[in-house]
Amino acid sequence: MGRARAFLRSVAPFLVGAPILALLQRVIPPGWQPVAVNAGVDVVLAVSLNVVNGFTGQFSLGHAGFMAVGGYTAAKITLALAGVKIAFLPEIVSDQLVFALALSAGMGMAAIAGFLVGMPSLRLRGDYLAIVTLGFGEIIRSIIENMKFLGQATGLSGLPAHTNFAWVGISAIATIVMARRLAVSTEGRALFAIREDEVAAEAMGVDTTGYKVRAFVISAAYAGLAGGLLVHAILLVTPKMFTFIRSIEVVVMVVLGGLGSVTGSVLAAVALRFALEGFREFQQYRMVVYALLLVVLMLLRPQGIFGTREIWDLAPFRRLPRPRPLAPAPGGASPTEVRDDAGTGRRA
Amino acid sequence: MTEFLQHLANGLSVGTIYALIALGYTMVYGVLKLINFAHGDVYMVGAFAGYYLGQVLGTEKEPSFVKAAFITMGAMVICGALGFAIERFAYRPLRHRARLTALITAIGVSFLLEYGFQLPPFVRSPIEFPPGPSPRFFPQLLELGEPFELFGATVPRIDVLGFAVAVVLMLGLQWIVYRTRFGTAMRAASFDPQVAGLMGIPVNRIISGTFVLGSALAAAAGIINASSRPKIEPLFGLISGLKAFVAAVLGGIGSVPGAMAGGMVLGLTEEYVAGYTSSQYRDAIAFTVLILVLLVRPEGLFGKGQVEKV
Amino acid sequence: MRSFRAVSVAVSLLALAACEQKKKEAPPAPAAQGGAPAAGAVILVGHVASLTGNEATFGDSTDKGIRLAIDEVNAKGGVKGKQLQLKTYDDQGKPEEAAIAATRLIVQDKISVLLGEVASSRSLAMAPIADQNKVPMITPSSTNPRVTKDAGKTRPYVFRVCFIDPFQGTVMAKFASEKGIKKVAVLRDVGNDYSVGLADYFLSKYKELGGKIVDDQSYKAGDQDFKAQLTAIKAKGPEAIYVPGYYTDVALIARQARELGIKVPLMGGDGWDSPKLFEIGGKAIEGSYFSNHYSYEDPSPRIQDFVKRYKERYGVIPDGLAATGYDAARIAFDGMNRAKDWTGEAARDAIEATRGFEGVTGVISIDADHNAVKPAVVLEIKGGAGHYVATVQPDAGPSASSQAQPTPASPKPN
Repeated sequence: MGRARAFLRSVAPFLVGAPILALLQRVIPPGWQPVAVNAGVDVVLAVSLNVVNGFTGQFSLGHAGFMAVGGYTAAKITLALAGVKIAFLPEIVSDQLVFALALSAGMGMAAIAGFLVGMPSLRLRGDYLAIVTLGFGEIIRSIIENMKFLGQATGLSGLPAHTNFAWVGISAIATIVMARRLAVSTEGRALFAIREDEVAAEAMGVDTTGYKVRAFVISAAYAGLAGGLLVHAILLVTPKMFTFIRSIEVVVMVVLGGLGSVTGSVLAAVALRFALEGFREFQQYRMVVYALLLVVLMLLRPQGIFGTREIWDLAPFRRLPRPRPLAPAPGGASPTEVRDDAGTGRRA
Repeated sequence: MTEFLQHLANGLSVGTIYALIALGYTMVYGVLKLINFAHGDVYMVGAFAGYYLGQVLGTEKEPSFVKAAFITMGAMVICGALGFAIERFAYRPLRHRARLTALITAIGVSFLLEYGFQLPPFVRSPIEFPPGPSPRFFPQLLELGEPFELFGATVPRIDVLGFAVAVVLMLGLQWIVYRTRFGTAMRAASFDPQVAGLMGIPVNRIISGTFVLGSALAAAAGIINASSRPKIEPLFGLISGLKAFVAAVLGGIGSVPGAMAGGMVLGLTEEYVAGYTSSQYRDAIAFTVLILVLLVRPEGLFGKGQVEKV
Repeated sequence: MRSFRAVSVAVSLLALAACEQKKKEAPPAPAAQGGAPAAGAVILVGHVASLTGNEATFGDSTDKGIRLAIDEVNAKGGVKGKQLQLKTYDDQGKPEEAAIAATRLIVQDKISVLLGEVASSRSLAMAPIADQNKVPMITPSSTNPRVTKDAGKTRPYVFRVCFIDPFQGTVMAKFASEKGIKKVAVLRDVGNDYSVGLADYFLSKYKELGGKIVDDQSYKAGDQDFKAQLTAIKAKGPEAIYVPGYYTDVALIARQARELGIKVPLMGGDGWDSPKLFEIGGKAIEGSYFSNHYSYEDPSPRIQDFVKRYKERYGVIPDGLAATGYDAARIAFDGMNRAKDWTGEAARDAIEATRGFEGVTGVISIDADHNAVKPAVVLEIKGGAGHYVATVQPDAGPSASSQAQPTPASPKPN
């Protein structure tokens, strides 16, 4: 594949996505705009977690912790630079640059946190890793709760309202592009190999530890981006926004969409958010309905909405020009489909 | 020294609860490799079952040992049935799917129990069900009198009794797992369900039995905890369940003695961390200890090292 | 590393594209029709509450209080002849959900006044939305000063009917030092801004008054066991323990303190005010003190009637959150009644002008910072109920620019 095509593959989604975003912004009624913004943040979270949970097959439960790191870092920066304007630029551009800087810093800090959490994944697997990532998430939150300069339990308020439809939409597209580009790259293949069989992958010369840590770092960085976007949408950041329940919600989106399926994660994230919102009139009964929905959906479609495939692998879309498929899958299942007979024979 | 002993007594009381809940996690994990996320909520249901049984029997007026035993047994039966139903309808259809799939249904069941119990009551008599979000007072099941004094440390009698009951239950479980046909079958199913099935073991029935046992233990934990700390509410199983899961992993998930040890270690760690260092970082330090233990022993305290077959 | 380069391209594009988009975008609509007059015969009142989740019990009580207030106003003919209708949205106790719910209520359902939330963290997420859309918002029980006044600026459309943390924290500090208590230990809920706020203001005031803080321990809401902290506190030998948490945890804390042989009184704030505290705390909570908005023994009919009607309707005695919810709604309707028209601005101006409003939780005046100025009472728990001990007036500090004019009907101690 030529460099030009690779570049095109990265840019084209933005060119296609921009008009769709503009249209969505007009179509969605104002009362639902914050819902759409939250759905976009969920998309970033779900797709990024899919890189660890879906692609690499590592079970992370600490996504909210990375969000918190990104959110607090971005909030601190925009608060510190609230009065600053870059001299030769109009204020609106200057503000956007500051926000871009804050988000990038949030991503950077979250990536560092991801590196630190990724390290234990060298030694642990399965549910042990899940507990360690959950522990890290809670440790991060606990530390924030006790930091005077991060506002303790009250958090930081009065953040500038930078997050808008465009920022969230473009971040979501960027995350999707990242995940898809990663999935079809050599690195992505290495991640899939780790998911399928770590020992075999190692034997084939895949640097399993290196790739696992990288997957963590990428995933954490985008979780940090989601955190930065979220806090500038509700103009407030408190530790309560990043409990382990939040991590679990993201895991639900990923599994519901199909482990390893990027479009599945997107669909699940958007659908769950809008469904929850649609049920709001039910008041207390809303969460009961939501819980039932989860159980029923999983029973009806245990492999997730799309399984490990993408939306264009499904029959109605087969005829469309498709991105390079992961592997030729004439009729048969995609080779990346997870088959796991409840850990049969895993224990020796 | 008095303080040290007092912390020991406190930590053991909390650790007992963690251990009893952790047993349910670890047994289910042993046979299914599934994190039964709804287990903490079964523990909550156990406490509420005891509460309602108590209301029907009128323990508030005259507590007695027979009634207490009856309530505990009743709650264990109710939760055993609940565990059976959860396994039958939410997990069994997904048994041969990816493990994370069943985890999501487990989360769904957990939400269903939590939020279902938070609904305003639609049954009003003889009991108010669901209980709604407001906390409820769990009546005293037994009149036990003043706490013990041991070298200056005070130990409530109910905690001693709870500890004794828990030890009896754990010994009973140990006996079931290692000395009965059911236990043998359970261990075989845990070792390899397919081969166990080929050898004529009714794997489905064994798995149901495991859920019933684990849920009954959770109910006992719920009653013991509510007797000592008499406030129950629909979400109180969430954090305890999470901590118990941590305890199960700490002890080596899948290992029965590991769950007991993990629960005690976690309870004592939390206690001494909060008592001697800084209580504001209690959870952070407890998790740090956990992470350090897992880094040194990745398979937990009692877990068997896994040999990956290629 | 092709994909990683793609990632960096994506990131830079993200930044660029967002800037482009922003420039093309029209300036944010000035929300002209926010708080638009309700054309129909029914006026919608919005309430954002935690009906599910960890703090569901607080949202539930508040909602019950508000419903009672609405039914009463409707029975008397409504506001300016129009009937009121309540729309409650659940936020699961999450700030982001509170923001969404507030936006939907205001923009889509076109409510005239927004009530909520209990917790400051959620009210802080709702406040900018109320301001932006020019819909008055009254929070029943968010005590953090930043809810109504952030970065030195009072939020024009946000009001509260409860105390602020600095006031209530100092009330108990003064009370403790007047009672001659020399050494106090603090046990705070580290995850709750209300508890941390009260503890901090208590600490600084109490030290200023010459008291000594012997220990400062933390717990987290929902914990089952507090004996580790209490054992440590016991070893320090305080003469009282300040526990500014919610009744849900305090009841267990009190029991476990007594089990450990701690005999000194506990002290707390209005988060204690619930019959559940006495039910679960039982004998253990006897002899403790807490600051509150009102005393149950206050013979004035406005309080006794409220308690009676609430009990008739819901079968339980109201807790403090039901009372503040009731008052928040009543003040909102009082303001709308006095407003010159149906716009949000007019209602805001009228609510801001509230002086000497006779609520259940005290005689309330709204000051320049949109806080409720009212005295606090200190109650002692005896025989399973709070008994009046003392009244503490707000300091004539900078925040109390307009003192409550009529002194409240002072409850008589038994």
